[in-house]
Amino acid sequence: MKEEIKLMKGNEAIAHAAIRYGADGYFGYPITPQSEVMETLMEEKPWETTGMVVLQAESEVAAINMVYGGASCGKAVMTSSSSPGVSLKQEGISYLAGAELPCLIVNVMRGGPGLGTIQPSQADYFQATKGGGHGDYHLITLAPASVQEMVDFVALGFDLAFKYRNPAIILADGIIGQMMEKVVLPPFRKRRTEEEIRAQNPWAALGKPKDRKRNVITSLELDPAIMEQNNIRFQATYKRISENEIRYEEINCENADYLIVAFGSMARICQKTIELAAEEGIKVGVLRPITLWPFPSEAIARQTSHVKGILSAELNAGQMVEDVRLAVNGKVRVEHFGRLGGIVPTPDEVLAALKEKLM
Amino acid sequence: MKEEIIIAGFGGQGVLSMGKILAYSGLMEDKEVTWMPSYGPEQRGGTANVTVILSDERISSPVLNSFDVAVILNQPSLEKFENKVKPGGILIYDGYGIHHPPTRTDIEVYRINAMEAAIEMNNTKALNMIVLGGLLKLKPMVSMENVLKGLKKSLPERHHHLIPMNEQAILKGMEIIRKA
Amino acid sequence: MYMDINDIIKPENLVYTKPRLMNDNPMHYCPGCSHGVVHKLIAEVIDEMGIEEETIGIAPVGCAVFAYNYIDIDWIEAAHGRAPAIATAVKRLNPKKMVFTYQGDGDLAAIGTAETIHACNRGENIVIIFINNGIYGMTGGQMAPTTLEGMKTSTCPYGRNVALNGYPLRIAELVERVDGTCYVTRQSVHTPASIRKAKKAIRHAFENAMAGKGTSMIEIVSTCNSGWKMTPVKANQWMEENMFAKYPMGDLKNV
Repeated sequence: MKEEIKLMKGNEAIAHAAIRYGADGYFGYPITPQSEVMETLMEEKPWETTGMVVLQAESEVAAINMVYGGASCGKAVMTSSSSPGVSLKQEGISYLAGAELPCLIVNVMRGGPGLGTIQPSQADYFQATKGGGHGDYHLITLAPASVQEMVDFVALGFDLAFKYRNPAIILADGIIGQMMEKVVLPPFRKRRTEEEIRAQNPWAALGKPKDRKRNVITSLELDPAIMEQNNIRFQATYKRISENEIRYEEINCENADYLIVAFGSMARICQKTIELAAEEGIKVGVLRPITLWPFPSEAIARQTSHVKGILSAELNAGQMVEDVRLAVNGKVRVEHFGRLGGIVPTPDEVLAALKEKLM
Repeated sequence: MKEEIIIAGFGGQGVLSMGKILAYSGLMEDKEVTWMPSYGPEQRGGTANVTVILSDERISSPVLNSFDVAVILNQPSLEKFENKVKPGGILIYDGYGIHHPPTRTDIEVYRINAMEAAIEMNNTKALNMIVLGGLLKLKPMVSMENVLKGLKKSLPERHHHLIPMNEQAILKGMEIIRKA
Repeated sequence: MYMDINDIIKPENLVYTKPRLMNDNPMHYCPGCSHGVVHKLIAEVIDEMGIEEETIGIAPVGCAVFAYNYIDIDWIEAAHGRAPAIATAVKRLNPKKMVFTYQGDGDLAAIGTAETIHACNRGENIVIIFINNGIYGMTGGQMAPTTLEGMKTSTCPYGRNVALNGYPLRIAELVERVDGTCYVTRQSVHTPASIRKAKKAIRHAFENAMAGKGTSMIEIVSTCNSGWKMTPVKANQWMEENMFAKYPMGDLKNV
């Protein structure tokens, strides 16, 4: 089937994109503001068309472990949740990383800590980019800034996860999840057959044929000497990802005097700030990290050749700003602006903060 | 062309669906569109609002400081959004829900007695379509043909028989909107 | 007639062989432990049913965490308590495969209670092998939900006090009431006769799963002679005298 243009919410887009990607399974648990992901899948009944399995689990913990089970068989499986639910999934995510399993996780962030609000937030930046669960690991972290990117990053997330045998996470927020925009949906792709999975992912636990040794999916290794070697292998993977998969967008950066670094919905808000600033004769650019891990440190560092100051604008109390400061390494002033707990600033608030903190 | 619109009122008045129909109509006209709702407990009886942006260009922020048009269906929303209308912009309010009318003089204020008309039409659910008619009279940003196409897209199939009634309500709104 | 070693190893004198699917890795289980016997029964059933290429085992956290080292099939090692959730996805994504979990009482009846009950309630076409020895063996003999009243462990050194710790949890009785289960049985492996019965139960459960009849749970009341601080013989005797009273043998449900 051809590409199709539709108007839909970011959450609905995730569901449609997953079906069209040829995902094998989705396992979730309801939580605002992302319940439309599973609702849309249940409405679409992909098990009758593509054969995709969709299951409402008894908890977020069960859901991520279902993902672990599916991923262990080499299947393209995913889950979605919002901040408190993603906290519950962290154990499973650590196991997925430790067992080198590919999967896709979606976090439509809401304000915290604790039960918090249901309004948009970016306060799970640390959790997503620094690992989140126990142990030394990273998730490939994609930050969509539009409904179209919710669609595109499902395929990108799965592709990267399988390429590197590592979980990928789409780190969205309540704005991206709830707003409707025009999207181009990709054509349907066939789900992989068991034979294709066996050929492409020989590690998958799909039953042991006579001609190979048994496959054991595990993150356990009691011998620390071997466990260190496993960790060294993981770090080598993270290095390859860092060398090859950094993605970002530069908007008006060339002649900017001031730079805003912002991701996701905040980057959209800051694009309007550029327009407002221009009306006042202030040249502002926005650098939007698309991959939050690996982080576009070099791209940000290059901006220090011509900008007078950098504002890290986030829907949190100052998380990404730490990575921006590491990237800039003291060459120019880096300040943070954020609203907390589910409050979303308007574009003029960002401009006021930029003027107050940097000019 | 770019229109930045806020529609606000009580949950249940059809604020979000009015925005949705406008957004779908924009899609039919091949415009860029963004529909950004308030979500959560507001949907259940509190105030609800939705920002709709229609544009020929790529849309930047879905969150705005100020609006070209504010469509206001209750008093708390008027208090929240009257001062967010750009100078020279338009504010439309429903006479039924507003007891203290807007006071700004640097914007154009219109009144539409949509609830009254809806009651006359014996269909209070048509309120939002009447208001949409009023809005389109002042700002013909999308053609009637595309509004009907938008309606078809945004309504589930089992409600398609209601489209003629919605069209009538839109025409009614175009007829009854008045400068305040 | 006197036989020397050369006579004994003659094929015609062979009276027993290790199951084909059990490999030669030295077991980490304590001498006298029930796990080895249950592993053997599972390996025999898989072999006899001819489904080794279709079978995926889910190993728990607990003593059986290394089950994947001993039975020569594909395995997935679960996080603590989550095996039924993992098995759910594996079976749903691969409906023709034979999927079973192998879990202890800490794993299944404490941290994994929710996953156990909900997998059973959905009637997942899987088999849950539940080893109940009334104690956490792997971590050194702490109290489990199944620890008997008055029984001493390292976290109830004066004996399980129900006022403090609640009552021993009877999981089989619990999941028997859940509509998704088709077969719930309680077995043991402490005598040749009980081993034969337990094997039959495992075979029946595996056949249920392949026939899509729902969830089967086989609870195997077991000993932990190290954790109980008894000789293997004494542990078997203690189990019969004490565990069987609280956890009686036999089928609870077979539909």
